[in-house]
Amino acid sequence: MKYILLMTGAKAGVDAYRAWSEKDIGAHFAHLKGLNKELSESGEFVANESLGPPEQAKAVRAAKDGTPITDGVFPEAKEFLLGYWMVDVDSPERAYEIASRLSAGPGPGGVPLSMPIEVRQIMSRRTEELS
Amino acid sequence: MDRGLDIGSEHLLRDLAPQVLGAVIRRFRDFAAAEDAVQEALIAAAMQWPSEGVPDNPRAWLIQVAFRRMTDHVRSEVARRQRETAVAMEMDLLAPAVDAGSETEQDDTLILLFMCCHPALTSSSAIALTLRAVGGLTTAEIANAFLVPEATMAQRISRAKSSIKASGVPFRLPTSEQRAQRLRAVLHVLYLIFNEGYSSSVGPHLQRLELSREAIRLTRAVHTLLPDDAEVGGLLALMLLTDARSAARMGPDDETIPLPRQDRTLWDQSKISEGVTLLTAALAKGSIGAYQLQAAIAAVHDEATRADDTDWPQILALYELLQRMSDNPMVMLNRAIAAAMVHGPSKGLELLRVLDSDERLAGHHRLDAVRAHLLEMAGDAETAIKHYRIAAGRTTSIPERNYLLTQAARLSETGAKAP
Repeated sequence: MKYILLMTGAKAGVDAYRAWSEKDIGAHFAHLKGLNKELSESGEFVANESLGPPEQAKAVRAAKDGTPITDGVFPEAKEFLLGYWMVDVDSPERAYEIASRLSAGPGPGGVPLSMPIEVRQIMSRRTEELS
Repeated sequence: MDRGLDIGSEHLLRDLAPQVLGAVIRRFRDFAAAEDAVQEALIAAAMQWPSEGVPDNPRAWLIQVAFRRMTDHVRSEVARRQRETAVAMEMDLLAPAVDAGSETEQDDTLILLFMCCHPALTSSSAIALTLRAVGGLTTAEIANAFLVPEATMAQRISRAKSSIKASGVPFRLPTSEQRAQRLRAVLHVLYLIFNEGYSSSVGPHLQRLELSREAIRLTRAVHTLLPDDAEVGGLLALMLLTDARSAARMGPDDETIPLPRQDRTLWDQSKISEGVTLLTAALAKGSIGAYQLQAAIAAVHDEATRADDTDWPQILALYELLQRMSDNPMVMLNRAIAAAMVHGPSKGLELLRVLDSDERLAGHHRLDAVRAHLLEMAGDAETAIKHYRIAAGRTTSIPERNYLLTQAARLSETGAKAP
């Protein structure tokens, strides 16, 4: 079963992270890189992407004639999706375990960030017959 | 799957793959390396046969190429190890296989299946390994079928091979005491492969159809090797009788079309008659198992020209038998539907109440979906709509969700019963 693990954060958190020390940033990336390597080796990795900076986020709506109306997003006001992992695992418990590893990524001074990771099952195209 | 081969040669290759692999494992006793060597031999055949023609003895040709690859592999392995450890390795690795026992070459396919479906593996690993080692599919094809990156599938297969190596399973048929249990594991893996392909037969995943075809092909091979096993015949019959309906089971908007509303002229009559023949032969052997019963239920459905002609009392009796054999709440759900068709919806709803306290079904959409269906039959549209919507909110299947929401919408707009 496939799950998507969504890492979200507020603008304040993103700003703070940009001011981390080189050592702290390095430790955080090493943690994520190590986890990705483990997931590849265990045959559970499907995809991982990081998203562009929240300041560049746009909210788009269709006007009556269908043309796009583009607004800035007001970064202070909301939680942003920062990145996601997609995994193919044997149980929901395993997805939670991977999410908690993501959540435990080290922050300043190596203290785990305990970021909230939203875990959502990806819908399948499988079906059963009502017989 | 473009290998530049005609269909006949492609089938030939796929049939020979497990036999060639068996021969290489017998000789070299290294499953992981043997599997790579056979894959290379298959690729060589796919590249050379179209221009040079299929050799007179294709099996021998493949074995020879795989042996050559293995010898190269062993030599480089020995060279590597010599630098580190003892020379004795070469003697050991190149010595003739000691366990080349009394089994025939035909047994190799079976032995491989028993290995690939070893209970020590998770079902996802067993499925991947079976498709690769016995089915002869490439890693890319398997990755594509399961919608994961090729590198991920390669890791899954390689880990499965390591687990088998670590478990020290010998390359021979399981003992007669273990045999029944191990065969059940094999049949379960084949059943899962079939389901994986069958249950996802439309949408952007057309290639997944290959999986049900592959499962049928492999089960057919097992049936040829074990013609006296009634459950093998039962499983093959079940697959054919189910697969026969595949053209009719999904609507244009990716929604499940339930049996009563399927266009039965789209059902594949040749698969149905083959399934019925297989089932009849299996039942005559006298050891009834769960696959035969499920096949029998599928056959009763398939034999009804119109939904109204369905022999529900027969189906109900079969579900009752099946339930005695396996304590599975899904069987009880289906039995409730059959009971409703025979004795009226209140009887079915009564059976569902027993399931309300079953923890295995807690929060499962199927319980709500069946309840909605029976409530609709009972004429309680309002409560039926409620349960259709609860079920739609619980399923993680897109076709199921689309079906359930459509049911709720239809009922709330018209209050009418489904045609």
